[in-house]
Amino acid sequence: MSTVAVPAVPLEVLAEAPAGKVSLLRRLLRNPIGVTCLGYLVLLALVAVFGRLMAPQDPDRADPGNFLASPSAEHLMGTDSTGRDVLSRLLAATQISVAAALLATVIAVVLGVVTGLIAGYFGGWFDSISSWIAGLLMAMPGFVVLLAARAVIGPTVWMAMVVFGVLMAPGFFRLVYAAVTAVRNELYVDAARVAGLSDARIIGRHIMSVVRAPIIIQAAMAAGIAVAIQAGLDFLGLGDLGVASWGAMLNDGFAKIYNQPILMLWPSLAIALTCIALTLLANALRDELERAGAAPKRKKKAGAARDDGDVIIQAADVIVHGADAHSQALTGEVLLDVHHLRVGYDQPDGSVTEVVHGIDLRVHRGSIHGLIGESGSGKTQTAFAIMGLLPAGGRVLEGASIMFAGQELAGGSEALYRGILGKRIAYIPQEPMSNLDPSFTVGSQLTEPMRLALGLKRAQAKQRALDLLDRVGIPDPARTFAAYPHEISGGMAQRVLIAGAVSLDPQLLIADEPTTALDVTVQAEVLELIRDLQTELNLGVLLVTHNFGVVADLCDQVSVMQRGLIVEAGPVRAIFHDAQHPYTQSLLDAILDDAAPRGPLGADREEVAP
Amino acid sequence: MLSYIARRLAAGVVLLVAITTVAFLLLYAGGGNIARRIVGQSATEEVVARKAAELGLDKPLWEQYWNWLTGAVHGDFGRSWFSGETVVAGLTSRLAVTLALVCLTTLIAALLAVVLGVLAATRRGWIDKVVQFGSVLGFAIPGFLIALALVVVFSINLGWFRATGFIRPSDSVSGWLKSITLPVIALAVGSIASVAQQVRGAVLDALSRDYVRTLRSRGVPSRRVVYKHVLRNAGGPALAVLGVNFIGMLGGTVIVERMFLLPGLGQLAVNATTQADIPYVMGLVLATAVIVVVVNLVIDLAQAALNPRVRLS
Repeated sequence: MSTVAVPAVPLEVLAEAPAGKVSLLRRLLRNPIGVTCLGYLVLLALVAVFGRLMAPQDPDRADPGNFLASPSAEHLMGTDSTGRDVLSRLLAATQISVAAALLATVIAVVLGVVTGLIAGYFGGWFDSISSWIAGLLMAMPGFVVLLAARAVIGPTVWMAMVVFGVLMAPGFFRLVYAAVTAVRNELYVDAARVAGLSDARIIGRHIMSVVRAPIIIQAAMAAGIAVAIQAGLDFLGLGDLGVASWGAMLNDGFAKIYNQPILMLWPSLAIALTCIALTLLANALRDELERAGAAPKRKKKAGAARDDGDVIIQAADVIVHGADAHSQALTGEVLLDVHHLRVGYDQPDGSVTEVVHGIDLRVHRGSIHGLIGESGSGKTQTAFAIMGLLPAGGRVLEGASIMFAGQELAGGSEALYRGILGKRIAYIPQEPMSNLDPSFTVGSQLTEPMRLALGLKRAQAKQRALDLLDRVGIPDPARTFAAYPHEISGGMAQRVLIAGAVSLDPQLLIADEPTTALDVTVQAEVLELIRDLQTELNLGVLLVTHNFGVVADLCDQVSVMQRGLIVEAGPVRAIFHDAQHPYTQSLLDAILDDAAPRGPLGADREEVAP
Repeated sequence: MLSYIARRLAAGVVLLVAITTVAFLLLYAGGGNIARRIVGQSATEEVVARKAAELGLDKPLWEQYWNWLTGAVHGDFGRSWFSGETVVAGLTSRLAVTLALVCLTTLIAALLAVVLGVLAATRRGWIDKVVQFGSVLGFAIPGFLIALALVVVFSINLGWFRATGFIRPSDSVSGWLKSITLPVIALAVGSIASVAQQVRGAVLDALSRDYVRTLRSRGVPSRRVVYKHVLRNAGGPALAVLGVNFIGMLGGTVIVERMFLLPGLGQLAVNATTQADIPYVMGLVLATAVIVVVVNLVIDLAQAALNPRVRLS
């Protein structure tokens, strides 16, 4: 902690802060680490206030006849190089060290918060000047500045800590400034202004409530750094050696390191414990703040996929429509046969939250199977489970079977999937932009799997990538190949991802809402592309979507999914003409409103168009 | 690119002028006090005045500054008030010692921090807990206490390293390495702690990105995804912290060099400070500011090399 750079409290913490309605102190008291640190610091504060009174002997009385004595009944911690009682000195030193750290912290907080509030709230010239000064102060290593200052002000503890307080102020300035500028234009602040509240009250009520907790966290860190820096100065002998402080005691002990090394133990312990307590306290505070901010969100998210209450959900009541002449003609051999798939997430308390409750699904070679349902119905989880790409904590539960071309994938290891993913099962994601690595060019991301899986040479892979880019309708393949993801449009990116998906000659394509994130004008083109590639390469496709319009355009078979279960399944015509389940009917009704544009593609179009 | 570097360097020069001006004014404003501190509290006013005149401290402040600045432009930063050595000569010999120490420490810290951070983020479990707890401790405990513990354990009790006595790399590289082993560890711990924490967070963040899943869906092994794609995307935040640590270490070396008696900038800084050898203090401030400007530029260039979205403009 010899650096002065006070790590900034992340802004997410700021954003979460208003959620911390339950007293932060109370939550901290329930946190075992937090309460231990707080206890230590309270004890330290008591020693700092009453230390000199508690000292068994005069901390400054030297006894030249009894120097460097080992601990004894008379001197519990022994005596130092001039025969002063170490215990008494430690108690007295606590007062100085704590007061010095407090001084620096208070100056940093007051200066940083006040200037940050003014600069952030009112802006203008004060903003520019104070931001510039903050930047200047942060540019230099604090310890070097302190040394320079010490050359002029001489060996005084207090002036040095005033200077150090100023040096730490930019940390608070930035924190408050960021929070204020973020909040200043919020509606509720505008409302307060319209309601006639004075600036002082708005700052006090609405802005300080947001930054209070982060300031406390930062102050705990700053105090820890101040303790370390102050001790460091005194340890170097740059402080006032006449005053007992932890650093001065360490200096005395260091001089006698070969004779009586235990002399350094006590001040070292005091410094280390105090710094650790302050840092851990800051961490515990931050954890509690983050927990307070995250808890309601997580609950909501889990609730969407979780079954309501303890109702046992069974996969028995699926309405299955028989194959008709049209669908029979289309279906080839079974490529993917999912049986009784259950997906669960391990919870910290050891329980498992089930999000897919045992579904059956079949995809035939050369046909498109739609998996439709609203968000949270478990359809994406099903897709990830088939590919063995569930997020951390998620897994396929016992008793499930995922047969792919005669091979069991359920519970398969990464090694098993390595031969399958890309080469045999490929994936088209939903969000084109976030699914390309921003740091690598489109070309390198396309060729990397080809070179790994197909063993192509660099030039061969490049040629194949250019051909694929051309095939998926990218006007200038060479340019796109060399571009970074942020340089191409969303529609382009999705084409790139489709090219990547088919680049290793897969048999099964799993497309997860491939058009949802795209512009309306591009959606039809991308669907057409998928349909064309499917026929051309005789692919089986599992198309995950929430849009019956897409299903109508593309799919041969469809399974309707609701709350982790498939409620109705069958050939697409049968579902459209004869939907039995109320949920299917409601989804069908929705396409009348949700008029997604569909190009003149699917043969089924005339039958279902409104 | 070149024009970007030129512009950054120009901005750096402006920063240097700003820092040295502020430093000069603060240091020399108390001209009379400086003279008194040098000759001692008991000296008569006459002695103080004579000393002030001898050092040029009796001239108007702006004139002193102008003299310093014109000298500085020509590479003349004055002479020590005590040893008579020129500031440039005194700084350059010591700068090498300190920079070698800090650079080596940064390199080691970066390597270890990346390994620990990646292990913690990808393996989770107990490794993660150990790294996280160790990071908090390593960050919280002041470097000089770690240095003290190292001296007590490895020099005094085990006798593996000598606590003091610097060996120049030109005399013996292995001797040099041995003489700076403990200082490097003492300096590195705090840096490893904060960078490992940063790497861990950045890797966890990068791992949760959609493109990681997509890469894996193309059959790219997850180890390769981590070391090629995740690490590169996590590199930016880690580099930023590394830069901050590098600059912070310039302060940290002061204590460590003093403890291990390394003839670096830190030693010089302490001596110049206690003696109020202001020309040296000015030189130190300037040298530090130059290092800060250069390090920040290097970090920003590295960021741009790692992340194509960073535009150098």
